[in-house]
Amino acid sequence: MADAILKLERVCKAYNVGLPTETEVLHDIDLELDHGEFLALIGPSGSGKSTLLNIVGLLDRPTSGRLSIKGHDTAALGDAEITRLRGHTIGFIFQYHLLISAFTARENVMMPMLVDRGFPAADIEARADRLLAQVGLAKFAGNLANNMSGGQQQRVAVARALAMEPDLVLADEPTGNLDTKSADAVFELMRQVNRDSGTSFLLVTHNMDLAQRCDRIIEVVDGRIRA
Amino acid sequence: MNHWLPIEWTMAVRFLREGRLQTIFIIGGISIGVGVIVFMSAMLAGLQANFIKRVLTSQPQIQLLSPDQIARPLRNAGGEIEDAVVQRPSQRVISIDQWPKIRAQMQAMPEVVTVSPTILGSVLAVRGDASRSVNLSGVEPDSYFKIVKVPDYIVAGEPRLTSEDIIIGTELAKDLGATVGDKLNIRAASGATRVLTISGIVDLGNKSVNQRVCYAALRTAQSLLGMIGGITTIDITVTDIYAAEDIAQRIQAANVVEADSWIKTNAQFFTAVQAQQNTNTLIRLFVGLSVAFGIAAVLIVSVIQRSKDIGILRAMGTSRAQVLRVFLVQGGLLGFVGSLFGAAMGAFALVYWHSVARQADGTELFPLILERSLFVYTALLATVTGILAAMAPAVRAAKLDPVVAIRG
Ligand SMILES: Nc1ncnc2c1ncn2[C@@H]1O[C@H](COP(=O)(O)OP(=O)(O)OP(=O)(O)O)[C@@H](O)[C@H]1O
Ligand SMILES: [Mg+2]
Repeated sequence: MADAILKLERVCKAYNVGLPTETEVLHDIDLELDHGEFLALIGPSGSGKSTLLNIVGLLDRPTSGRLSIKGHDTAALGDAEITRLRGHTIGFIFQYHLLISAFTARENVMMPMLVDRGFPAADIEARADRLLAQVGLAKFAGNLANNMSGGQQQRVAVARALAMEPDLVLADEPTGNLDTKSADAVFELMRQVNRDSGTSFLLVTHNMDLAQRCDRIIEVVDGRIRA
Repeated sequence: MNHWLPIEWTMAVRFLREGRLQTIFIIGGISIGVGVIVFMSAMLAGLQANFIKRVLTSQPQIQLLSPDQIARPLRNAGGEIEDAVVQRPSQRVISIDQWPKIRAQMQAMPEVVTVSPTILGSVLAVRGDASRSVNLSGVEPDSYFKIVKVPDYIVAGEPRLTSEDIIIGTELAKDLGATVGDKLNIRAASGATRVLTISGIVDLGNKSVNQRVCYAALRTAQSLLGMIGGITTIDITVTDIYAAEDIAQRIQAANVVEADSWIKTNAQFFTAVQAQQNTNTLIRLFVGLSVAFGIAAVLIVSVIQRSKDIGILRAMGTSRAQVLRVFLVQGGLLGFVGSLFGAAMGAFALVYWHSVARQADGTELFPLILERSLFVYTALLATVTGILAAMAPAVRAAKLDPVVAIRG
């Protein structure tokens, strides 16, 4: 299907392969995500949600099965190409360790662009400021990461995830650490970006209320997708 | 944030700045190491320079002597050795053969600066009841005073050497109770005598030398020692004092003379310098190693502390090579900054020690030599050491699995 940004076919993931402790965590996962889709991934703790997200985010490789992103079969790509594809196509938002503490909010947002070297230096700062304004933190641009509240940090992380104009944002319980109000604000922010720029989202959450407000919900139980 | 710095440099600087205490302590450690090396190297160079300055102002760099007289085993007509027990002959004082020709040759050599023929012999200096055995040097003052700066060491009288003059050492003057203007009776072993007037008194800085040193005009000494027209040594100075041994060997190969360079006659000094330099190298090596281990240890800890940051950076598209460079740059920066402080510390300690440590007579123990090349070289070496020491931590950081880093 031409519209799929993400396609998984019979993806399996086992840890400690070849050791006595070998355990398969994901079994025959089939999943497709369309451009502009906002998908919620739910499931009990230990069911394999983060593992799945890491594989989709090209941080980890599947043990077997096919993963294609924007039509590229990722099995054929080398380490450097994977890094490039990840930098350009995917944005991450994590639950903990959101920002790099040695840098300010603005610098954290600039980081993916600086690392990529593809951007003209002069545009990077302006773009970072625009993104910070978009998440409502224009005033905090010069703050060191540690001098902001959890909710503010998470909004900076959203801005950073959007820096490279990714096609897909992966968020692993981004609101798990926040109070209801901040969680709601961060979720609404993501939803709005999704509506405005058509960026696809894959959101892992334990919050059923938020999951209900996504386009589609997928439940993972014991490493399998429950229909 | 600096736009003109590559991002790896910015990250390296920020990481070092954020881990302030670790950074300060390791830079302190590097500084001490570098300071010790700078201090030691500069002091050694100073002591060496001191000695060489003495060599340049008070002794010839090459001396030509007539070759040793050698006894050969007695052979019969068939060439077989009949009597192999050979006794070393007593060495008569004889003149260098055809020395004016050799002198002319020496003067023609481009690497030779001064050539001075000299005659040496033992004589008796008598004044009234007092008499002393002394070493008489017959010299041509014009050339000889360019090699041994006798005028600089004159403490009374003047450096004048007409055929009636004699210059003597301070201790000898004391022993004989003589002073400038007094007459000395000089007697040679052959029985020849002459009366010479003391024109000057010299202090060559060594008591036993001052007890025995006497200078007279070349012709005066020649007639006293019974070697009219003869000389015993030709003293030479050269443009490059370190080439002296090479030049001496060339001279010896081409002439019937023995040529001794200052390098050969001061072999002991050079052995001592060599030994000191070996020790110095060893100390440098071990200081360098401990600095390297210190840097590596700090960076390893930093990699562990920053594994989450590294994981996030990798997730947002930072390549392994970039992560590697971030830590290599940190190592290089630590080495470089540490070497700057260390060089300053070493230089400061040297200036202080130079002002405090004095010889018995109050003159400096060693000249203060702070060459820029020493600092440039040290900074370069420290930076390279830092980068090499950062290798293991950097590789570890680059290999970090982002999944593990982020989950951890
Ligand atoms: N590196 C690993 N080695 C071995 N087993 C692992 C590893 N990482 C994860 N697992 C196992 O894989 C399973 C899935 O873990 P995963 O982190 O994906 O769960 P999750 O659905 O994200 O849970 P949670 O909701 O608590 O975050 C768990 O049983 C976990 O113990
Ligand atoms: Mg998880």
